[in-house]
Amino acid sequence: MTSMPLASIFRRPEAGSLVGLLMVVAFFVVTGGVEFLYLSSVGSWLSRAANLGIIAIPVGLLMISGELDLSVGSMITAGSMITALVSGFYGLPIIVGIMAALGFGILVGMLNGYLVVRTHVPSFIVTLGTLFAVAGLLLGLNIVLTGTTTVTLMAPELAKTLFGKYFGQGFQVLIIWWIVITAAFVFFVHYSPYGNWIFAIGGDKVSARNSGIPTERMTILLFVLSAVSAAFVGMSQAILFQAVQATPQMTLIFNTIIAVVVGGVLLTGGFGSVIGIFFGTITFAVVTQGIYYTSFDQTWSNLIIGVLLLGAVLMNNTFRKMALTYAPKKK
Amino acid sequence: MTAPIIELRNINKSFGPIDVLHDINIKVHAGEVLCLLGDNGAGKSTLIKILSGVHKPSSGSILMDDAAVAFSTPREATDRGIATVHQFGGTFPLMSIGRSFFVGVEPTKGWGPFRIFDRKKANEIAVKAVRDFGITRIDDGDRLVGGLSGGERQSLAIARAVHFGARVLILDEPTAALGVKQATHVLRIVNEAKKRGLAVIFITHQVMHAMAVGDHFAVLIRGSVAADFRKGEKSREEITDLMAGGETIADLEKEIENYMASHDGHPPPVTPG
Repeated sequence: MTSMPLASIFRRPEAGSLVGLLMVVAFFVVTGGVEFLYLSSVGSWLSRAANLGIIAIPVGLLMISGELDLSVGSMITAGSMITALVSGFYGLPIIVGIMAALGFGILVGMLNGYLVVRTHVPSFIVTLGTLFAVAGLLLGLNIVLTGTTTVTLMAPELAKTLFGKYFGQGFQVLIIWWIVITAAFVFFVHYSPYGNWIFAIGGDKVSARNSGIPTERMTILLFVLSAVSAAFVGMSQAILFQAVQATPQMTLIFNTIIAVVVGGVLLTGGFGSVIGIFFGTITFAVVTQGIYYTSFDQTWSNLIIGVLLLGAVLMNNTFRKMALTYAPKKK
Repeated sequence: MTAPIIELRNINKSFGPIDVLHDINIKVHAGEVLCLLGDNGAGKSTLIKILSGVHKPSSGSILMDDAAVAFSTPREATDRGIATVHQFGGTFPLMSIGRSFFVGVEPTKGWGPFRIFDRKKANEIAVKAVRDFGITRIDDGDRLVGGLSGGERQSLAIARAVHFGARVLILDEPTAALGVKQATHVLRIVNEAKKRGLAVIFITHQVMHAMAVGDHFAVLIRGSVAADFRKGEKSREEITDLMAGGETIADLEKEIENYMASHDGHPPPVTPG
């Protein structure tokens, strides 16, 4: 299509995140040494990336469609909590706990989606509401039912192998889930005809609806996907760590947004890619884990993340402008 | 003469106590351009919304090919072949030409759940459709719509409407935000659509642009059709005066001249407000 394949890479939404990832890896190799790239280290930051990435992709898709989901912060706790309550405290089979956790994800996702679609209240506010409501509900229920804020869970071996186990040197099994889920989303968003709809909704909702796209159903589906993904990660964390605290993970909200924005998704919608979010997530994980391999105190990692976020946004803006002004050369 | 493709009969529209349109009667035949002229607030937008299914008229009827129709959603109007192109093209700036062309009707290849968006086919069809309208600068369907000029975006939107079988093309101020050269491009495309037998409703307040392509003109003042005439029946000045609602620009000129004659050649003082 174009004469210069390199130039065409820079016009893609994930260009900025790839450059950012390479820069961050180079930074930690220089300051922390190659140990950072040893298999044992790779396991630690890939595991971190997997936990974040499974949630970041659907959150990113919501952002591409012009919405935001903050409720993932308490949905991840809900996933852990419900699994531990049902299968730990009440001792029901683990499959029931998993289904209950994911079912609750579907429920909250539909609630978020319906509220946003029906009331036209900005999703920022709606999901801020469900974030706190679900967090409060969990904590309250937990104390009423168990009398404590911590629940333990001993999952059977099969469930551990599937969702909560390390293999090799510190590789969580969740990494495989993350890669499979990413591949599925790449297909859904960039190859199936439905992906086009997400971009159209984020670009111009009224035109999208007039073109016959079921915009409301699509928005609700995306909210369900993000809530279920958060519940899924929470569920596997409960199985891995065997104990669950009933406190919401507020920093997860920011972390997903950072991963998504570093990954080249436009905050106002209409632009981005799944591969970009994938790279953005790895970048974020590398920064938070890479600091341990350097001589810096780990408290500096937030500074790096802040600078990274601003740098990534500026870089993504530049690349997007390149994509917009691009016209093939006259032959 | 054959039946008009679209006709409005005694259309009234009011929002609560406010009457926006009174007794609108217009008809457009195939291969004809109706220019709808009017100042801001004359009711042009409301009329477009009725035609494109966004609003329902309070009374009166819409006829297509002499049969009454009613649209409850914009989608129904689109299905009947009424396409509306808005001032900025109404397309998706950060999507590629090929993808935005086929939003909602994506071509696919493959089988079952593994059907994939056929990017090559989409790009080819989109580029060909635009080029058939004489916009030869577009030759790569992977380009983003936002990178096109205003005129090219309009052309893309019109080409898209025609490709998907529009019979009535409603153009809402397509030339308002464009430079002279770009506007000429769009006017040429309007002409092309007309040649292909579409009924075009061209909304504008630029009389020059209207006169370049129009066969039939309707001037809207405060929600009524104040004048309805065919090409060549009125001069540009007459139309401009009509749009201004009787307060003619010639009158204004005379008033200033009279003032200056009686005040030693000074223009009238400007009073704020």
